Amino acid sequence: MSASVLPYTVKPHPVTGVYSGKLGTWLFLASEVMLFGAFFSTYVLLRVGAPTEGAAVWPTHEQTHLSWKIGGFNTLVLIISSVTMVLAWAQLKMNNFSKARLYLIVTFVLAGLFLVVKLTMEYYPKFEAGIRPSTNIFFAAYFVLTGLHALHIVGGMVVIGYFIGPGASLWKKDPEYFTNRIECTGLYWHFVDLVWIFLFPVLYLL
Amino acid sequence: MSHDEHHELSFIRKYVFSIDHKVIGIQYGITALCFLFFGFCLMMLMRWQLAYPGQELPVLGKLLGEEFFPGGVMTPDFYNSLGVMHGTIMIFLGVVPLLVGAFGNYVMPLQIGAPDMSFPKLNMASYWIYLCGGCVMLASFFVPGGAANSGWTAYPPLSVTATTGQTWWIIGMVFLITSSLLGSVNFIVTIVQLRAKGLTMFRLPFFVWSQLVTAFLLLLAFPPLEAAGVLQLADRVLGTSFFLPEGLVISGQQLVQGAVPSGGGNPILWQHLFWFLAHPEVYVLILPAMGIVGEIIANNTRKPLWGYRPIVYSSIFLGFMSFIVWAHHMFITGMGTSLSMFFATTTMIISIPSVVILTALVISLYKGSIRFNVPMLFALSFLPMFAIGGLTGLPLGLPASDIHLHDTYYVIGHFHYVVAPGTIFAIFAGVYYWFPKVTGRRMSEGLGKIHFWLSLIGMNGAFMPMFFVGIAGMLRRGYDPAAYAANENLLGMVKMSSWSVWMLGVAQLPFILNFFMSIVAGKKVSANPWEATTLEWSAPSPPPHGNFEAVPVVYRGPYEYSTDDRKDDFFPQHLQAEA
Amino acid sequence: MNSRRYTAIASVLVAVLWLGFATPLLAQDTAAAPSFDVELTGDYGYHLPPNIAPEGTYPHTVDSLIDILHYFMVVLFVGWGIFFVYCLWKFRQREGHKADAKPIKAKASKYAEIVVAIFEAFLLIGLSIPAWASVRNEFPTEEENPLHLRVVAEQFQWNFHYPGPDGVFGKTSPAFLDLATNILGIDPADPNGKDDITATELHIPVNRKVIADISSKDVIHSFAIGVLRVKQDAIPGMRIPVWFEANRTGNYEISCAQLCGNNHYSMRALMIVEDQGVFDAWYAKAAEGPEEFDEDELDD
Repeated sequence: MSASVLPYTVKPHPVTGVYSGKLGTWLFLASEVMLFGAFFSTYVLLRVGAPTEGAAVWPTHEQTHLSWKIGGFNTLVLIISSVTMVLAWAQLKMNNFSKARLYLIVTFVLAGLFLVVKLTMEYYPKFEAGIRPSTNIFFAAYFVLTGLHALHIVGGMVVIGYFIGPGASLWKKDPEYFTNRIECTGLYWHFVDLVWIFLFPVLYLL
Repeated sequence: MSHDEHHELSFIRKYVFSIDHKVIGIQYGITALCFLFFGFCLMMLMRWQLAYPGQELPVLGKLLGEEFFPGGVMTPDFYNSLGVMHGTIMIFLGVVPLLVGAFGNYVMPLQIGAPDMSFPKLNMASYWIYLCGGCVMLASFFVPGGAANSGWTAYPPLSVTATTGQTWWIIGMVFLITSSLLGSVNFIVTIVQLRAKGLTMFRLPFFVWSQLVTAFLLLLAFPPLEAAGVLQLADRVLGTSFFLPEGLVISGQQLVQGAVPSGGGNPILWQHLFWFLAHPEVYVLILPAMGIVGEIIANNTRKPLWGYRPIVYSSIFLGFMSFIVWAHHMFITGMGTSLSMFFATTTMIISIPSVVILTALVISLYKGSIRFNVPMLFALSFLPMFAIGGLTGLPLGLPASDIHLHDTYYVIGHFHYVVAPGTIFAIFAGVYYWFPKVTGRRMSEGLGKIHFWLSLIGMNGAFMPMFFVGIAGMLRRGYDPAAYAANENLLGMVKMSSWSVWMLGVAQLPFILNFFMSIVAGKKVSANPWEATTLEWSAPSPPPHGNFEAVPVVYRGPYEYSTDDRKDDFFPQHLQAEA
Repeated sequence: MNSRRYTAIASVLVAVLWLGFATPLLAQDTAAAPSFDVELTGDYGYHLPPNIAPEGTYPHTVDSLIDILHYFMVVLFVGWGIFFVYCLWKFRQREGHKADAKPIKAKASKYAEIVVAIFEAFLLIGLSIPAWASVRNEFPTEEENPLHLRVVAEQFQWNFHYPGPDGVFGKTSPAFLDLATNILGIDPADPNGKDDITATELHIPVNRKVIADISSKDVIHSFAIGVLRVKQDAIPGMRIPVWFEANRTGNYEISCAQLCGNNHYSMRALMIVEDQGVFDAWYAKAAEGPEEFDEDELDD
C-alpha cells in the first residue's frame, strides 16, 4: 500500500519547498484577499461616489461616533496576539510544547479580549443609541466589514482553541505535523490582523 | 490520516462520507447529472409558455398547483423563477460540478499519478457543502412567492425588493461558492505537489492544465461574488442600501427611511462585482471542456495533439485575460467611450487564444487516423458548435453592434452554443470516454450513436433559431413573445425551438438507459480499452484505493501516438523505453 | 461492425425525419397569437428590424457592423468547416492508413489567425469605436434645435416628460408623487412645471433630433427603440442622456430590455413619429390639459 500514502503532508516538497498544507493556506489567503478586496473596493466606490446633498451624504467623523482610542486599543491587542502566535510556533520549533501551549492560550485570550471590547464598547452602545446597519450607508459598511472580520476572529479562535485542547494530542504522535499546523494557523491569524490593520484607519481615521 | 485501514471501513465511510477522490468524483458526477437533467426539465416547461403563450399546459399544468399555474397556465412570476433556476442550476449545480467536481476529481489525480487529492477530507467537505447548496436552491421553490425570480444575474434593486426566494438563492450561492473555493485550493495544491516522478509541467496532459487554470479562476474570481452576495443579503435582511440609491419609489410607494433604505448605494456596483466573477466563470465552463476534447482527439486521431505548448500558453493567457473583460456585459449601462473601448479591446484580444486552441484542435485531425467512436463523435462536434458560439460572440463584444443585440435572443443563442452543444457535448464525450475506467465496462456504441445524432439535431434545432429571432430584435426573458407586435412573424421559429428542446429531452433517454444498463451489463474491457497513453489508463479499472499498483514514474510527454519505432501505435507515459 | 453502421444510418434518418417534422411547424400559421392592438409601420421578420434613422448616423453603422460581422463569420466558418470535413473524410481510420505523427508546419493557420486579428482590429477601430463615440459623445448642439425630453421608467410603464412650450422642466421630487395625478412628482409650486407634459406614448417630430434623459423610479429597466437601434439601461439614481433622430413617420414599439419584474414582458410603449405640424398641435393640446390627457393614457 505504499502508493496510497499521501506525500508532502508533513515534509516539504523538494521542488516547491513547501508542504501541502502551507501551499493550501497561502492559496486560501489569496482568495481571502480577493474577498476583502471586493469589500474594500465597494467601500471606496461608495464613499467616493457619495452624493453631496440629500439624505445619503457621507457622515462626518462626529456623526459616526467611532472612537479611535477603542479602535487603536483593539489594534494593539491584535498585534500583540500576532506576536504571541509567532512565539508559540517558535517554541514548538524548539521542542518546547508547554511554553508553546501557554502562548497559544495567550493568543486565544487576546482574541477574546478583542471581541469583548468590540461587542461591549462599540456594538452595544451603538445599538443602545438606535444605530443600526440600516441607519446610513456608512454604518452599513461599518457593521458588515467589522462583523465579517469578527467572524474571522471567531473562526481563528475555534482553530486555536482546538489546538490548545483536543488537537494537542497530535504533538505526541507527530510533532513536526503539529508544528506545521500551528504555522498554518499563524499565517491565517496574521492575515486576520492585517485585515484589521487596513480596516482601522479606513473606518476610524480617514 | 489512517490511510491503511480503509479496507475495514463501514459502508457509510466507504461510499457515503468517503474521502477517496474517486468515490467523491462519482458522487459529484451522479448528483450533477441529476441537477443537469432537472435544470433541463425547467427549460422544457418554459419552452411551453414561449411556444404556446397563455395556453394551458397539458397534464402538468394541473399537477403543479394553482399558485404557479392558475387554470393550468404558468404565471409570469413562475416563468421568471424558472429562468433564474434554469441558469443557476445548469451552471453552478450541473456543468461546473461535472467538469471540475466529477471529471477533475476522478481523472486528474489519476492522470498525475497521485494516490489521492492533497486534502481528502477537504475534498469530502466540498462535496457535502455543494450538496447543501443544491438542496437550499431546490428548497427555495417551496418558500412563499416561489424561487428567486430576478434573473440569474440578480440585478438590484429588483433582487433586493424580490420575494423570499431571493434570500434562499443568495444563501445557496454562498454554499456553492464556499464549496468551489475549497475545491480549487485542493486542485492547485494537488497538481503542484503530487505529480508523479518525471511528470514535469510540460508532460502534463492538457486536461490537467485546463483544471489548473480553472482552479485559479475559481479561487480568485468567486470571492468577489461572495462579497457581493453578503452585501445583497445585508440589503435584503438588515435593511442596508449598498445597492440602493436614495429616493426609490417602488409600486408608487416612496421607500422612507426606517422602513427601507437610507440610500447612498449604487446598483451598478453589483453588476461589476457579479460580472467580475461571471466572466471568468465562462472560462471555467469552457476550459475543462477543451481539456476533455483535447484528450479524446489525441487518442482517437492516434497522433500527438498539435501545438501542445501554444494550447497551454493560450489557456493561461485566457485565464489572465478573463479577469479584465467583465464590463463587456455592461456596455448599455451608459458606459463612456474610453472605458468601453478598453473592454472591447480586451474582448477582441481574448478571442485570439480561443481561436488558437480551436485551430490547434482541428489541425490535430490532419494526417491522423480518425476513429469515429461515440466519445470522438461528441468531441468532434464540440469543435463546430464551439466555433459558432465563439464567432457569434464577436458582435456582442463590439459595443456598437451590441446596442442592437444586447438582451435579445442572440445572446441566449451565443452562450448556449458555447455551453450546451459545446461544454455539455464535451461532458458527454468525457462520460463515454472514462466510463470504462470507472466501471471496467464500456457503454453501448449503438445507443451512444442514437444519443449523439438526436442530441446534435436537437441542440441545433433549439439554438440556431435564436440567432434569427435575436437579430430580428426579440428580447430575452420575455414571458410572452406575442406581447410585441414586432414579434408577430417570429413565432414560428420560437415554436420550432421549443419542439427541438422537447426532442432533445427525448434524446436523453437512450443515454440514461445506456448509462445504467452498462454499469451492470456493459461489455467488460481491459484497463486500457482506448489504447491511450496517459497515466490513468495504467491503473486497473476501476482503480483500487490508492489508485496504482506501483508508484508510477513518467518517462515521456502525454500524447506519444504513432511514434515510428514501435509495434503498437501508442507509447504510454509510464513505460520505460526499451534499451 | 455492420450493425453499428446501420444504427448510425438509422440515427441520421431519424434526424432527417425530425427536420421534416419541424419544418411544417416553422411554417405553421400564427393564428393562435393574440391580435395586436396597433398596426406597426415597416416590415418585420427574420432580419434586422426596419431602420428609420437618417443615413450616416450611428444606427446605420450598427447595422453595417452586424452585416459585415455575419459575412465574416460565414466565410470563416465555411472555410474552416471545409477543412474540418476534409480531414474527417481523408483521415478516417481504414485498412492501410496510418497516422503520421511527424510535426506539421501550419503556416496557413498562422496567417489566418493574423488576418482574423487584423480584421477584428479594423472592425473595432474603424466601425465600433466611432459609432460608440457618436452614441455617447456627439450630442446635437442647441443650434440644431433638438427636442428635449425625459424618460422615466417604472414597473411596468414608460413615462415621457416633456418640458412644455416654455422649454424648462419643472422640479421633481418623490415627495410630490401621486399615482393618479402626478406620476412624475412634479413640484406643483414650480411655475416651470405648470405646462409640463406627462405622457405614456412617445411623440416625436420627424427629421428632428431628440435628446432623452433616461432614468428610473424603482428598478433597472432598459429603454429600447428597436427601429432606431437605441438601447440604454434606465438606472435608478442616475439620469443618462441618449440621442436619436427618425426620418420616417409611423407607429413603432418601445420595449423594456432588462428584466424588471413579473410584467416586464409587456412593458412596452408606442412611439409615434409625426410631421412637425401634427406634433406641434399635439404638444400644444397636451400642455394645456395634462390631467385630462393622463386619464386617456391610463386606460391604455
